[in-house]
Amino acid sequence: MTLPPLEIVLYTGAVSLLIIGLAGLVMGDNLVRLVLALAVAEAGVNLLLVLSGFRQGAFAPILLEGRVPGPMVDPIPQALVLTAIVIGVGVQALALALVLRVRRAYGTVEMRTLRARLHEDLDAAAGLPPETSRNAPAVERPA
Amino acid sequence: MRNFTSLLFAGGLGFFLLVLAADLPVGAAPMVAGEGILGQGPEAVGAANLVTAVVLAYRGIDTLGELSILFAAAAGVGLILSGMRRRADQRPDPEGGFILLAAADLLFPLLVIVGLYIVLHGHLTPGGGFQGGVILAAAFFLPLLGRPGDSLNHAVVNWVEGLAGGAFVLIGLWALAVKGDFLAPMLGKGALGSLFSAGTLPLLYIAVGLKVGAEIAGLMSTLQETEAAEP
Repeated sequence: MTLPPLEIVLYTGAVSLLIIGLAGLVMGDNLVRLVLALAVAEAGVNLLLVLSGFRQGAFAPILLEGRVPGPMVDPIPQALVLTAIVIGVGVQALALALVLRVRRAYGTVEMRTLRARLHEDLDAAAGLPPETSRNAPAVERPA
Repeated sequence: MRNFTSLLFAGGLGFFLLVLAADLPVGAAPMVAGEGILGQGPEAVGAANLVTAVVLAYRGIDTLGELSILFAAAAGVGLILSGMRRRADQRPDPEGGFILLAAADLLFPLLVIVGLYIVLHGHLTPGGGFQGGVILAAAFFLPLLGRPGDSLNHAVVNWVEGLAGGAFVLIGLWALAVKGDFLAPMLGKGALGSLFSAGTLPLLYIAVGLKVGAEIAGLMSTLQETEAAEP
């Protein structure tokens, strides 16, 4: 099936936003940036949902002066996206609060540093000696 | 290496999604439910904005669930950040510059008016309780950005939030008692397109607007009062 050029641009844009957000989620190291990447991916998903009700040349589903102005777009995806946006705000606020907690507890929001400090704490709690190097040989080198 | 595999994953997923999107019935007429709402919505609900009719009448109970999720998120933020408030001896962020301070004072009344307008005309024009509520929240949060030493009155915020949420549920229960359907439109439909139309929908949207505004302003104010650094 061949799409009209406008739809190709719109769908590519929405999918690209989703992919940019996901790539940021997978590759990012800073927790605040992960939250922002989540927001970008969410924008892409919302755009995709709204697009599913889109019709070229159709009107917004609002009656003008009590009359139907012409063919209208599907109102249900728009209502669903309204819900999704509001829930997204809640999720982002909760995620940011957790990031603040992490910053308070470990003094960093970088995942690498965070992982290292977490392991130190776990080792200390288990009574193990601190790991010197991840690449050190487990046994002594034979003479 | 890790970045390479991540990019490969993202690119592959994008390709997959685009192939799927190419098969979607783009530009087709709305689906069965959407077609029905477009046809019957104006007579059945009386709201000129059919998205509002979907949000508050056809899917009203979902909107109540959405409000509960927002409330849960706000309560969760309060719980997670408890004990992390900036103490009196800790210095708040520096005060905003002249532009921010002047803009906060100038914009406050305008934002309140625009927010209320959007909340009140949710059944007629694009907009409604959620959108207007966020603008109301911005009106109350903007001065806090300019003067970080100040703080919102959280007791008032909680009361507004609780009363608005209670009003939403009460209107729904009233409809349940009279008409047998939770959140069924009440009070008659009125003339389509006038401010006093669509029955209880504007009342519900006022409750939603106040609740969302109070909740988001409280959320942002809680985040702003938090001190992340070690004391």
